[in-house]
Amino acid sequence: MLGILASIIDGLLVGLVYGLAAMGLTLIWGVMDVINLTHGTMIVGGMFALYLMATALGLPAYIALPPVLIGAFFVGLLLYWIAVHRMVGRPPLMSLLSTFSVNLVLIGIGTGVWGTALFNVEVSVPGVSIGRYTFPGPHILAAVLAAVIAAVLYLFLHRSRLGKSIRAVANNREAAELVGIPTTRVLAFSVGLGVALAGVSGVLIGTLFPFTVLSGDAYQLKSFVVTVLGGFGNPVGALLGGVALGLLEGAVTPFVPVSWTLVIEFVLFVLVLIAFPGGVFASRRGAL
Amino acid sequence: MPRLLRRPFFWIIALVIAVFALVPAIGNNVELRESLLLAALYITLASNLNVMLGYAGYVNFGSIVFFGLGGYICVWLVNSYAWPLGLSLVAAGIAVSALALIFGLGILRLRGAFFALATIGVVEAVQAFAQNFTPWGGAAGIYLSSAIFQPLGGPASALWWIYFLMVAVMGLSLYLSYAIKVSKFGLGLLAIGQNEDAAAILGVPTPLYKALAYSASAFLPAVAGGLYFFKGAFIQPSDAFDLTLSTEALVVAMLGGQGTVTGVALGAYLYEELRGYLLTSETFSNFQLVLSGVLLLIIVLFFPGGLMGFVYSRFPSTKKVLE
Amino acid sequence: MKRVCLLAAIAMIAAAPAWAADNTITIGFTASRTGPLNVDSTGQERGYEFWRDEVNAKGGIKVGDQQYKVKFVSYDDQSVGGRVQQLYTRLINQDKAQFLFSPYSSGLTAPAAVISEQYGKIMIDSGGAEEKPFELGNKYLFMVITSASHYLSGAVEALKQKNPHARIAVVYSDDPFSKTVLTATKAQAKAAGLDIVMDESYAPTTTDFGPIVNKIISSNADAFLGGGHYSDGATLARQMHDQKADVKWMSILVAPGDDKFAELGAAALGVTVPSQWEPQVSYQPQFGPTAAEFAKGFQDKFHAKADYHAASGYTSGMILQHAIEQAGSIDPEKVTAALNATDVTTFFGHIKFATDPQHHGLQAAHEMVLAQWQSENGKLGRQVVWPTSAKSADLIYPLSAATH
Repeated sequence: MLGILASIIDGLLVGLVYGLAAMGLTLIWGVMDVINLTHGTMIVGGMFALYLMATALGLPAYIALPPVLIGAFFVGLLLYWIAVHRMVGRPPLMSLLSTFSVNLVLIGIGTGVWGTALFNVEVSVPGVSIGRYTFPGPHILAAVLAAVIAAVLYLFLHRSRLGKSIRAVANNREAAELVGIPTTRVLAFSVGLGVALAGVSGVLIGTLFPFTVLSGDAYQLKSFVVTVLGGFGNPVGALLGGVALGLLEGAVTPFVPVSWTLVIEFVLFVLVLIAFPGGVFASRRGAL
Repeated sequence: MPRLLRRPFFWIIALVIAVFALVPAIGNNVELRESLLLAALYITLASNLNVMLGYAGYVNFGSIVFFGLGGYICVWLVNSYAWPLGLSLVAAGIAVSALALIFGLGILRLRGAFFALATIGVVEAVQAFAQNFTPWGGAAGIYLSSAIFQPLGGPASALWWIYFLMVAVMGLSLYLSYAIKVSKFGLGLLAIGQNEDAAAILGVPTPLYKALAYSASAFLPAVAGGLYFFKGAFIQPSDAFDLTLSTEALVVAMLGGQGTVTGVALGAYLYEELRGYLLTSETFSNFQLVLSGVLLLIIVLFFPGGLMGFVYSRFPSTKKVLE
Repeated sequence: MKRVCLLAAIAMIAAAPAWAADNTITIGFTASRTGPLNVDSTGQERGYEFWRDEVNAKGGIKVGDQQYKVKFVSYDDQSVGGRVQQLYTRLINQDKAQFLFSPYSSGLTAPAAVISEQYGKIMIDSGGAEEKPFELGNKYLFMVITSASHYLSGAVEALKQKNPHARIAVVYSDDPFSKTVLTATKAQAKAAGLDIVMDESYAPTTTDFGPIVNKIISSNADAFLGGGHYSDGATLARQMHDQKADVKWMSILVAPGDDKFAELGAAALGVTVPSQWEPQVSYQPQFGPTAAEFAKGFQDKFHAKADYHAASGYTSGMILQHAIEQAGSIDPEKVTAALNATDVTTFFGHIKFATDPQHHGLQAAHEMVLAQWQSENGKLGRQVVWPTSAKSADLIYPLSAATH
């Protein structure tokens, strides 16, 4: 019925944003086998940047996107040098722990400064109404922007020289070194890019839902689920995975008590992991 | 077994257990007892985690599942079927180990980071399940009435009994992880940790060993969970399946030196003391996370062997005595 | 090793009978200074502090012919249940707290109460409305706020008056408090002859209520009852508004009771909230400040508007003080007896505790009011709309009429 369709479409919209959020995670993972546990907090960083710009400076919300993109990129470079550089080549567990510890520090500072109060950014974009159901304007706009950014990322990775270098390093780091690619710089760039993506998705999510310093956890978990669905190291897969997750949430909710949605999500997550160890849309390792 | 008795480390563990049991009891020092109870809990969780992490090299983010499920089963048995505490604890331990074996056979097919992620998924799924499962009280959880402490002689005396049981569980965990380490089984696990495929080719029955290790590492945390939540007379999903505790156990194992029995135990004790201090200190409670994070980062970047790694490299002779 | 010796020494000293240094009474509690419950917990903690400062300014609590100053020892429980038990154990054993206040929220008060009962210490509960802890045979736990199952009974009555054929969507957070409230509310609604067309709970960590709102629209509900704590309540209100759910009645728990709710702008208008207290209530207190005096004093001290969390916190202190003064002693058994006998009216309302063993300590006399967000000269504010005897403005129904 119309209600179910509305739910599914809404799921699709939100799913695109989930997909964007996961892209940063999967990129870093694919390029250097590093699991970035600061991912969720970087998303929150984007949300707070949005809040500061929209509320304190009074700017229209979406103007925050370019500065966050650039700012988060530099944060990512910093993250690389502090926590990731020494971990490249070591088992993923080590980078897991190093990024985890940086995350603890960031959350500690965040809660110290902003506490755990709820922040809300008012965005007035007209929505689209079909019958009795309304699709809020921000949802539609966020989905469109997510798709655009994903498309730009894809073109970058496949058409630009730097993008190809990234894919080369992801494929085989030693070989890339041998042909003269400055691997360290490429790796640093990739982390910067991954965090930039996280930050930008944070801005978009900030226009949709209220948030606190601790909101990152939930989105990080969703990013993991999406990454599994879409394939590790596969940004396009991440977008598809995000859509799949959004559709799942939208399709399931009309039929099942809402509280069971999480159970279904995570059981599915584990089952998919077991059945498709590289992710459902897994490309060959490193074939970004 | 007799060979074990001749090793000095066996007696070091026995000494630790004795200290834990006797020192608070002598002064009737309730405050110390509470603090040591938590330390014992952390040591239990970290030592059992070590079996998968330090020996076999499998990062289990979801070790909390054993703790939480054990807590739920024990509390549920005591509350709904009026089983005595001892029986409920054993039942909880067995049930969770059995579940772990079944779960394990499924997710242990995954390697490295995938396994780690799957364990996170398991925790979230079980927590979400517990929130909906009405016989277990759903989100509200289960409350035990104060009458449950009567068979143990009333609340004050019951708290001591529970403490001694927890110390026993801690002791068993230390012995278990030690015994595994020096056994053939342990050698097999260590081989898996070094290079799983090579180990398989050389004849180590890898799927069986991994499943056994996973299951064995579930029993004592489940019992510890049963004790902990029985003591609190209250269990709810958000407390029972708090991912933070899992991560702390991991941090502790890394801090102390994964793969070593002493390191993990020492790391657990120190971490708990540090955390307890930070929690209540006026100046530091806001910075607790920041400090833990910085500490962990330094260890991971510069001292990946943890505390024991550092000790072994400076004082090589200790390696013969401390495991 | 040094620490062990030091603690052993302290243990030996502590074996001597406890003594109150220089006539002080130590009260212990935890507050959620960090974590998701922070916003609501702050009000409660300030209420405690306001009371303490006023009492000490007057010389302290009168015990017989001596005066005892009040000292607080408190910790941050970080909104985590596990911490609460450790911290209350510490408050009792190490900090020698003689009396205890509750943390904020039912989920944290229940574990705290286990500890207070284990050690036989009196705890005044102003933050946990769930009844379960009171059915377990506790003797030293006393609740000053209205219990959970009565939260929305006023709303149901008011709704029935406006629309006897209302179709209600019941959507609530899956936490102990909200669940208890809405379970009771559903029964009350059914008994009043109202229709429940949707009945669901959501995980407390839910951030996206879009699918749920769609479900509400599909169910053709014209009234909404539910919510949880601050974050989810606020988000629900916002999304119901954004997606034009167009219900005629909305009662949300807790969230609209906070002044921050005004940030939602148009989405806040017309939303009702069950409240333990509003500054406009007109109880005649037998002792202590009037509602207006309390509100003004609080405003002057904290430069923030007093909400019901602050009021209930202050009342905890006041009631404990009253009981100690009546008992003329700080002995737990005597104070407990005095609390059992308490039957007074304060600025917060009528306070009396149930004394039968099945419900010991449950609040028996205090009642909720229903407040609604209305616009006056372009400014958003809460007005008391129910019961009619206590109202400061008329109830606006349907919801859409409030946005003019």
